[in-house]
Amino acid sequence: MYGLQVWIGALLTLMIFSFLYKDNPFYKFAEHLFVGVSAAYWMVVGVWGTMVPNMLAKIHPPLVRNVLPALATAEPEFHYIIPCILGILLLTRLITPIAWLSRWALAFIIGYTAGVRFSRYLQSDFIGQIKSSLIPIISVGDGGFSIGMTFSHIVLTVGVVCGLIYFFFSKEHKGAFGAASRVGIYILMVTFGASFGYTVMARISLLIGRMSFLGEWLGVIAGWFS
Amino acid sequence: MSVVEKLGNVDRRIIFLLIALAVIIPLVFNISFMEHPSPIVQTIFDKIESLPNGSKILLPFDYGPSTAPELEPMATAVTRHCCKKNHKMYIMALWPTGQAQALRVIEDVIEEEFPEKVYGTDYVHLGYKAGGYGLINTILADLKKMYTTDAEGTHIDEIGMMSDVQNLRDFAFICNFSAGFPGLKEWVQFAGDPGDIPVAGGTTAVSAPLLYPYYPRQMLGLMGGLKGAAEYEAALVHGYPEYEKVYQRAIAIMGPQAIAHLVIIIFIIIGNITFFIEKKRAKKSD
Amino acid sequence: MRRRIPIIITFIVGTALIMAMFIPHTPFSSLDENLSVYFDIIAVFAFILGGGNLLRVHLEKIQKKKRDWQFSIVTVVGFLFMLIIGFFKVGGPPGLSGDFLAEGSWFRFMFEAVFNPLQATMFSLLAFFVASAAYRAFRAKTKEATILLIAAFIILVGRTPIGHYFTSWLPKQLDFLHVPTLASWIMGWPNTAGQRAIMIGIALGVIATSLRIILGIERPYLGAEK
Repeated sequence: MYGLQVWIGALLTLMIFSFLYKDNPFYKFAEHLFVGVSAAYWMVVGVWGTMVPNMLAKIHPPLVRNVLPALATAEPEFHYIIPCILGILLLTRLITPIAWLSRWALAFIIGYTAGVRFSRYLQSDFIGQIKSSLIPIISVGDGGFSIGMTFSHIVLTVGVVCGLIYFFFSKEHKGAFGAASRVGIYILMVTFGASFGYTVMARISLLIGRMSFLGEWLGVIAGWFS
Repeated sequence: MSVVEKLGNVDRRIIFLLIALAVIIPLVFNISFMEHPSPIVQTIFDKIESLPNGSKILLPFDYGPSTAPELEPMATAVTRHCCKKNHKMYIMALWPTGQAQALRVIEDVIEEEFPEKVYGTDYVHLGYKAGGYGLINTILADLKKMYTTDAEGTHIDEIGMMSDVQNLRDFAFICNFSAGFPGLKEWVQFAGDPGDIPVAGGTTAVSAPLLYPYYPRQMLGLMGGLKGAAEYEAALVHGYPEYEKVYQRAIAIMGPQAIAHLVIIIFIIIGNITFFIEKKRAKKSD
Repeated sequence: MRRRIPIIITFIVGTALIMAMFIPHTPFSSLDENLSVYFDIIAVFAFILGGGNLLRVHLEKIQKKKRDWQFSIVTVVGFLFMLIIGFFKVGGPPGLSGDFLAEGSWFRFMFEAVFNPLQATMFSLLAFFVASAAYRAFRAKTKEATILLIAAFIILVGRTPIGHYFTSWLPKQLDFLHVPTLASWIMGWPNTAGQRAIMIGIALGVIATSLRIILGIERPYLGAEK
């Protein structure tokens, strides 16, 4: 079974890689298969993982006695009918004449997202970041004054302030404000350079992963001949 | 056509071929180097090491096959470390693909290398639940509201190690393996900060730079990409010398990684040399 | 009905969640918990909506024999096959109980043999394109581009083991110029400063947009239709 799995995987891998030469039917086959299989995977995992135990088993427990016997004897919780109705309303998007009903479910999703994101971004990404930036400029450690850490602290503080100034478009970037904005650009360029370096690193890692897998496949073939 | 023009108009397929060779050749010749853990990775190792034996650690697997080459080695190394320290591992996923990825680590590491570990006592696989950050928000208050069973359908109250877990605040540490959204950022925002729970983890190299602002106040440590995984493996080997002879995947493939980086640097240098020569020529002809 | 109800739902849900942050006691705390569970459940319906939409688009393509319609058959067959073996847990634990990803199940096999290599290879293609882009477009045209390039270079070398050998000859006093040290410094200080400035900017944007959505000033989910 493992051999078959590796063979199918290797052939599909080569089909995708064939795109590097040019677009071709093998690539299109693999691409279309991927779309179908992945959509079904998500549906199956979503239904078995969440919908059955967290919705059906809550509304009417005996319904899941053959699937999740452990939950079949629980007391029903009828308020779970609310997400069930909203979920069904979301699916009306597939039926054009009543597609507008899906807005009710979307309104819930967007209201929830707006509500939780408001508080979490306020705490972690706004107040949290300001708090983390309020550090002593002059660093004195156990070994006394540290020129290296002091420099780093200055880079951080000045970098955050100047970066924010660069993103402030309500005032013309001239004079001292313009100079600070220039520093902000330079800091952001270093940031983007670092991100580029890391992106290259990530993509290469994924390629190594696939090449290692093809090596595994060659190992399976070699195993047949030895 | 001059050499400079030829280099400027080189077919992209030649570049593709060179990149493929830069990865394949070091893989074939098994080129690898020594790794040194950096402080941002070492803190994660130290945290797991310093927790008393049997501490509860939540391991959310928030990635899929597309990023497994980066994240699976770190998930493997951290799981090994937790097993060595006899910590109780609670495995879950915010990504649908995370459930299958977690199974691979459970089968390859826990079941194969630590057969004495008992399911339900030493580790539990809670599986995937939908909702992303909504799920974190739910389980921060009440874990059993969503996790009524484990991945196999066993009632949550029948699992021994779940008896004293009410919500996320009951965990000593959350070590997340994240490929993006929802992932480590959401664990910091929705669990670490509001719940005052120590959070750290590994991410793909693409998302690692974005998470640095959380370190060290809101996020204990960070393993960024394959390099982060290799550093964790190095820390593990240093702490547990018996692993010196065990195959460390991230360390092993950092060789091809380094060579491919060099090739890309050479590409950039050649690209810039041709650019400057062409610019100079254009100036002269003007 | 079509516009007012969604605005009311968004307002109530969003406001309740913000209140729950400031008043973490009954009834707001339990409201926060229940709304979160509802959100988690509705998220699954989004998977079903995605699957349904995919099926609709490809069946229409096949029916109307649009360009490359033959490949749509691959998508539909792949989708339905994966869906059936997943929903019925074919080859898995006895009956419909147990893990749908259990060892030996067809669904697990399809994940390992088809889904896994397809997704992994699709993403690994990016390594080739990032290399090509680096060769063709990564030019030191301006001062800003040069800074970006230098930062990327240091990261690319410093985040690999080669970086250690590159500058290992440097004397102890010049340790701060050691490439891995420089790479770590860039990530820890200027990168953090730049990312933090961006993060604070995004947080302000999210907070403002959340409020606008909750108050009904912004209603993108309602579309243009009256």
